[in-house]
Amino acid sequence: MLRAALPLLALPLAGAAEEPPQKPGSPGELPPGLVLFRWQWHEVEAPYLVALWILVASLAKIVFHLSRKVTSLVPESCLLILLGLVLGGIVLAVAKKAEYQLEPGTFFLFLLPPIVLDSGYFMPSRLFFDNLGAILTYAVVGTLWNAFTTGAALWGLQQAGLVAPKVQAGFLDFLLFGSLISAVDPVAVLAVFEEVHVNETLFIIVFGESLLNDAVTVVLYKVCNSFVEMGSANVQATDYLKGVASLFVVSLGGAAVGLVFAFLLALTTRFTKRVRIIEPLLVFLLAYAAYLTAEMASLSAILAVTMCGLGCKKYVEANISHKSRTAVKYTMKTLASCAETIIFMLLGISAVDSSKWAWDSGLVLGTLIFILFFRALGVVLQTWVLNQVRLVPLDKIDQVVMSYGGLRGAVAFALVILLDRTKVPAKDYFVATTIVVVFFTVIVQGLTIKPLVKWLKVKRSEHHKPTLNQELHEHTFDHILAAVEDVVGHHGYHYWRDRWEQFDKKYLSQLLMRRSAYRIRDEIWDVYYRLNIRDAISFVDQGGHVLSSAGLTLPSMPSRNSVAETSVTNLLRESGSGACLDLQVIDTVRSGRDREDAVMHHLLCGGLYKPRRREALRCAQAHASSPHPQPVQRRSYPGRAAMGTWQCTCLQKPRRLCPWTCRQAGTRACHPWRAWHPLPAPRPQL
Amino acid sequence: MGAAHSASAEVRELEGKTGFSSDQIEQLHRRFKQLSGDQPTIRKENFNNVPDLELNPIRSKIVRAFFDNRNLRKGPSGLADEINFEDFLTIMSYFRPIDPTLGEEQVELYRKEKLRFLFHMYDSDSDGRITLEEYRNVVEELLSGNPHIEKDSARSIADGAMMEAASVCVGQMEPDQVYEGITFEDFLKIWQGIDIETKMHIRFLNMETMALCH
Repeated sequence: MLRAALPLLALPLAGAAEEPPQKPGSPGELPPGLVLFRWQWHEVEAPYLVALWILVASLAKIVFHLSRKVTSLVPESCLLILLGLVLGGIVLAVAKKAEYQLEPGTFFLFLLPPIVLDSGYFMPSRLFFDNLGAILTYAVVGTLWNAFTTGAALWGLQQAGLVAPKVQAGFLDFLLFGSLISAVDPVAVLAVFEEVHVNETLFIIVFGESLLNDAVTVVLYKVCNSFVEMGSANVQATDYLKGVASLFVVSLGGAAVGLVFAFLLALTTRFTKRVRIIEPLLVFLLAYAAYLTAEMASLSAILAVTMCGLGCKKYVEANISHKSRTAVKYTMKTLASCAETIIFMLLGISAVDSSKWAWDSGLVLGTLIFILFFRALGVVLQTWVLNQVRLVPLDKIDQVVMSYGGLRGAVAFALVILLDRTKVPAKDYFVATTIVVVFFTVIVQGLTIKPLVKWLKVKRSEHHKPTLNQELHEHTFDHILAAVEDVVGHHGYHYWRDRWEQFDKKYLSQLLMRRSAYRIRDEIWDVYYRLNIRDAISFVDQGGHVLSSAGLTLPSMPSRNSVAETSVTNLLRESGSGACLDLQVIDTVRSGRDREDAVMHHLLCGGLYKPRRREALRCAQAHASSPHPQPVQRRSYPGRAAMGTWQCTCLQKPRRLCPWTCRQAGTRACHPWRAWHPLPAPRPQL
Repeated sequence: MGAAHSASAEVRELEGKTGFSSDQIEQLHRRFKQLSGDQPTIRKENFNNVPDLELNPIRSKIVRAFFDNRNLRKGPSGLADEINFEDFLTIMSYFRPIDPTLGEEQVELYRKEKLRFLFHMYDSDSDGRITLEEYRNVVEELLSGNPHIEKDSARSIADGAMMEAASVCVGQMEPDQVYEGITFEDFLKIWQGIDIETKMHIRFLNMETMALCH
């Protein structure tokens, strides 16, 4: 794909003072003396402007979120585009020429990759692969359908005379235009759907479609562009075949590039134990490299990054440290959010430059109507076919949301700007139409989709906190279903999924995961571990005192080969000391996770439940309902002096138990552990 | 002729009882014969012939579920020694996709049936409650595929899960209250938000019976 390799945004602000550097000792002048202050604008211009734009975008976001009411009604993307319009107007008025456009080079090289990486990495892979058939159908067949029908319909419109003849475009031109306007845009979909919270299946189908249709868009655009350049008379039959073949090459090639980089990334993170600090860097670099490599080879870069994220996540998360995981997650989210904000703002600004576009009502209206109509028609047809084979059919309401949620965005705009005006004389009209379409979808459709979803009573996603029970049950399910498929002798979806998991366990994970992580990798364990850490952190956050006067920080953690667990825990129990709950500790604990985690538990339990030196912690059930921590009567053991009330630092949310509960059976526990372990007779005090 | 007639009458009866179509019943019958070695009934040992079942960590529970009287609707507890084709179909019917065109009540009924199947799998002593021991058992089996996770860890996980369940089901507990175990109603509560219809089914169309290796 043609990419203008342009430098970063800005043209110099017209009128900004540019002081030539003072040249001391110019001939014929008295030396001016030491200059105290110099204005070096041009030296910092480019990065300063970039930083300034990002700052403006972030400030805009803050301002929007000041008003709850507005943000609940209007999606952020709308507000940003409108802001862009306003800013563009100001710049136009001040500088008399439009600047700071959305340059395709910047867009494709810098603004799009973070967003795609973020979505690929955090894509729920199980859900994605469960619905892969539907996603592929909509992405490939749907996009092709949209492109051809829209292009053909517009051409028909021109033949019918509704489009002014000054729009000099032939059939191929319209096809080209149709191909770039028909693709559902991932940025816009994300921006809008994120606020709407439809159920996951629906979201993943629309969003997956927007990601995977990149290959189709790339191919169609390239092919149509080259056909236009060759001239319609020179197109031969082999070219059509080549076009079809290139679809496979582009998509499979892009995916392959992504998977190769995912493999590399997973492999490298296996060895970063001593250089933890570069782990986040590696993740970003290799993913970006995947994007650029695919770009370079004219393959689908979005597919590459998506596959890279999807493929590497499991192994990378197992290999990198806790801190790096947090760093990766938040950096990705920040970059993606920032890029999205800038994109929408620039879209708004770019629309103001009227030198770039030319209006034709017939074309604009026609396009708007056709994209909506053909998308709806396409969705209905494909869903009808898909429902024959899907386990869970997509009902009418889903189809409405899917057709309405097919938003166009910045990708279409960037592609239209890339058109060559000499080859495509109608470019300006196309630009205007694209701008209108993008604005319409983002503003009008974005604004109305929330009420629509509510009105249609679409199944919303309930935000479930990850629970241990859910994880357990899901795993049980998977095993049951795989077993029943085995019994029935049917090699269905579950059978293959099971086979893949066996393969992964035996070969891939062993190769790609760090040995310590490999030994104890298990999803149930992961969820459990994370819940523990979360609880412990929130316990301390809410003021729980874990560090006792004996102030023990965790001793050098037993390595995997060291002392048997029981003696360590006995040792710690005996000393009756508390534990220092510090993330660093958790970090080092990671290396021998199962043993150390059990040790941690014993420690924490042991520390808290030593009746000798520590107050016993007792959470009264009153907590379960009150949102505020309440002082709790410490249960007094006979023979001990009561030590006053102990602030029970449990929950702030009702319905959660005191996070401080020892999950190790057999120890005395805070209620409702009592349910299973009624308090034994108190030990004699030593 | 007479045999063919009675066969199709049987098939129709089974269709009515279990909801499978006659094609599916034919295919399942072929599979049944394969599994049972042409006998009219299947015993537990016959499941050993299914090759891929070996790798399944909760194999024993699943096989047990096939013989569970509660699933077969033959009694409140206990295990049958052998099951015939109709029983086989009854168990299979728990995994049929729910037809979304049925009314909400029917859907709710089917959902409960599926959840009950799951409940019976956990509740091995048939007392109507999933106690901590039983939960521990399940978790240990689930994690048994991984030799590096120790029994203690499995127990802690089970305990944690039980507590979560207690908090969902009972919420506030008196200081002296003991949580006996998860009853079926509690179990339903845990599953409230989650779509079991979309998860617990197998597509019974287009089956080819695969050969069993002995």
